[in-house]
Amino acid sequence: MSTTLIRGGRIVDPSQNIDRVGNLFLRNDRIEGIDTGAAVADHVIDATGMIVCPGLIDLHVSLREPGDEKDETIESGTAAALAGGMTSVACMPDTSPVVDNRAAAEFVQLQCARAGHCNVFPLGAVTKNHDGQELAEIGQLVEGGAVGFTDAKNPVANAEIMRRALEYTRMFGRPIFNHPQVPELAAKGIMHEGYYSMQLGLRGIPAGAEVIMVARDIALAEMTGGHVHLMTLSTAGAVEQIRRAKAKGIRVTGEVTPHHLALTDAALQNYDTNFKVDPPLRTKDHIDALIEGLRDGTIDVISSDHQPFAEEKKQNELDSAPAGVVGLETLLPICIKTLIETGHLTWSKLIAKLTINPATILGIQKGTLKSGHDADVTIIDPVTAWRIDPSKFKSKGRNTPFAGWEVKGRAHTVIVAGKVRHHV
Amino acid sequence: MTTATASVSGVRWTKKHLLGLEELSADEISLILDQAAEFKRLAAEGETKLAALKGTVVANLFFEPSTRTRTSFSLAAKRLSADTVDFTASSSSLSKGETFYDTAQNIEAMGVDQVVVRHSTSGAPHLLSKLLKASVLNAGDGTHEHPTQGLLDIFTIREHRQKLAGLTVALVGDILHSRVARSNIWGLKKLGARVIVCGPSTLIPSHVERLGVEVSNNLDEILGECDCINLLRIQFERQRSAFFPSIREYAHFFGMNGDRIRRSKSDVLILAPGPINRGVEITPEVADGPHSVILDQVTNGLAIRMACLYLLHNRRQEESP
Repeated sequence: MSTTLIRGGRIVDPSQNIDRVGNLFLRNDRIEGIDTGAAVADHVIDATGMIVCPGLIDLHVSLREPGDEKDETIESGTAAALAGGMTSVACMPDTSPVVDNRAAAEFVQLQCARAGHCNVFPLGAVTKNHDGQELAEIGQLVEGGAVGFTDAKNPVANAEIMRRALEYTRMFGRPIFNHPQVPELAAKGIMHEGYYSMQLGLRGIPAGAEVIMVARDIALAEMTGGHVHLMTLSTAGAVEQIRRAKAKGIRVTGEVTPHHLALTDAALQNYDTNFKVDPPLRTKDHIDALIEGLRDGTIDVISSDHQPFAEEKKQNELDSAPAGVVGLETLLPICIKTLIETGHLTWSKLIAKLTINPATILGIQKGTLKSGHDADVTIIDPVTAWRIDPSKFKSKGRNTPFAGWEVKGRAHTVIVAGKVRHHV
Repeated sequence: MTTATASVSGVRWTKKHLLGLEELSADEISLILDQAAEFKRLAAEGETKLAALKGTVVANLFFEPSTRTRTSFSLAAKRLSADTVDFTASSSSLSKGETFYDTAQNIEAMGVDQVVVRHSTSGAPHLLSKLLKASVLNAGDGTHEHPTQGLLDIFTIREHRQKLAGLTVALVGDILHSRVARSNIWGLKKLGARVIVCGPSTLIPSHVERLGVEVSNNLDEILGECDCINLLRIQFERQRSAFFPSIREYAHFFGMNGDRIRRSKSDVLILAPGPINRGVEITPEVADGPHSVILDQVTNGLAIRMACLYLLHNRRQEESP
C-alpha cells in the first residue's frame, strides 16, 4: 500500500477536459483522483509551476531489437522514452526478424519487462517479413499482444493486400498503420522534390507520392470499414484529403512528427544525413498545412518516428545512409517550440495529441487521469531552457537534426504504474 | 622548369576547397580562367613542366568510373610537379566494406595535400571537406556539380569569343541528371551570359528557372538565337525509368546534325562535355565539323585543372608559412 500526492501542479487532462491547478492523488499503481485522496500521502511531489498530465504515449517508435542492437535495444530505447516523458510506446515490427508472429511479439514484451522502464505495446506486421505479399498471422499476433499492424517504412503497396488487411483487422478492432507513399514515385529519393532537390542534385520524392497513397487508403477504409492510421504525414494534400474523409465519417487517423514541423528541405543544403528522413522534410507551405491540420483536429497525433542508427551508418554519403532520426528525447521541447511558443496549439490540445488520442487509436486504457486508471503520469517543466546535446541521450542513436538547439521544457518527473521512473 | 606567376587579375584566391561554381564569385571564376590562360600560354611556349607543386601530394579519389577527368587531373598535377596517387573504387578497399569516411581518412594519413574526388552521390565532396584537413576538389558529385568541367566549357567559349557577357548559351539534353549543366548555369550566369536549357520536359527539372535560366522544349525554335550550344550526354546509366520513348525519337528532336547546324548562327560554337554518344546527341558530321570545339575543351581541361590545383596550393602555403 503506497500513496503519492502530486501537489500544486497545473493538471492538464484532455480526456476529461481538465486544465486547472490542483492535486493529483495516486494509490499504488492506480490514479485515485484529482483533489480527492488520502490526506496524508507516503510520497509528496511538489509540482508547483509544472504541468501534470497523463503519461505521454508515442505510437511510432523503432526499438531495433531483435537484430540491430547496435542501433538501439529495448532497454536503451525505453530509457530514452522515459527521458522524453513517455510512459508508453508502440514499437514498430521492423526488426530482424520481423514481428510477424506471436512469439516475436511476446519477446518484445518480455524484454520490455526485463528493462523495467516504460510500457511497450508491440505493433505486428501486416505482411509476412514485410514482403507485401501474404498477410502475417494477425489473429495470433493480437493474442500475443499486438495492438495494431504495420509494415513500418514499407508501404503496403498492393491495394488488394491492403484491402484484405483492413477487412481482417476489423474483426479484431485493430488499426492498420500505413506509411503512405507510392514506392515507384519515391524510389531512391533522398529529399523533397522541389527547388532544393534540383539545385543540390539530389533525387526528389514528390509530394504526390504521399497524396496518392493517402487517397487510396481512404478509399479502402471507406470500402472496408477498417481503420487506417496514416503515419508521419508531410504534405498539404494529405491533410486536405484526411479532413474531407473525416467529415464523411471514414475511419482514418493521422500523425505528424516534430521534425516535419520544425524543419524544411532547405536543411539539406549542408548534405548532412541527419536531415535525411522518410518522408522527406518539405517546404513552409506544407508545414503550414500540417499545423492547420493539428489545430482543427485533422491530425490526431504527434509521434517521434524514432529511428536510431549507429553512428557509422549515418556517417556516410546521403545515398547510402539510412533515412530517419531519433526523436524520443526531443519530441516535447520541439513541440513546445513549434506549437506552444508560436501559439498554434494550447497545452490541452498538444497534450491530447500525446495522450488520449494515441491511446484511443491503439485501443489501450491509457492516456487519462481518470480515477482507477493506470497511474502513468508525466510532470512537465515547461519553462527551463536547455541545449540539446546528443551525447547526453539515453538512446544509443545520436542521429538528431536538433543538436545544439536551444529549447525550453522537458519531462521533469515520469511515473509509470505509480513508480517514479525518471526524474531530472 | 619555371614557376608560374601568382594571381593574374589582381583578385586573391581565398577558398580552401573547390566544391562548386555556385559558391564562387564572378571574380574568382575569372581568376581561375586567367590562371588557366597563363598555363596554356606557358605550355605553348614549351614550358610544360612547372615546379609549383613540388613536394606535395595530390590524390585522385574516384568512387565512380572516369577515365577522362581522372587522367586530366592526374596530368595536371604532374605538370605542376606534384606526386600523385590514384584510388579507384574497384582497386581500393571500398569493395571490402570500408566506409567512405575511413577510406578518405586513410588516404589523408598518407600525407595528402589535395584530394580530387569523384563520387556518384551528390554532396560527397562536401562531406569530405568537413572531415579532412586536405583541400578538396570536386571532380563531379552525383547530379550536383562538376566545377572543372563548367570552368573548361566557359574557358573554351571565352577563348573563342573573348567574353561571356551578352552571349546566348544553350545547354541541350538531360538537364535533370547533369552536374555539368548545374555548374555551367552557375558559372555562365555569374559572367553575364544568357542561358537556355533545352530538352524533353521529362529531363528538365522543375524550378530550374529559379536559377535564372530560360526553358525550352524545342531545339529548332531556339537554334537561331544561340551563340554556343553545349550538348549534354544522355546518361543512360542514371535513368531509373523511361524519360523518353526511344533514342531515335530523342535524336530526332534534340540531336545536333548537319541540318540544324545550317539553321544555326554561322559562327555557332558546338561544345560537348563528353564522352559523346555519336548519333544520339550529335552526329559525327557535327562533332568533327568546323563549329565543334570539343577537342579544345579537352586541351583546356588540363589548363583549368592546373589552375585549380595551383590556386588551392598557394592558399595552403599562405595558411601554413
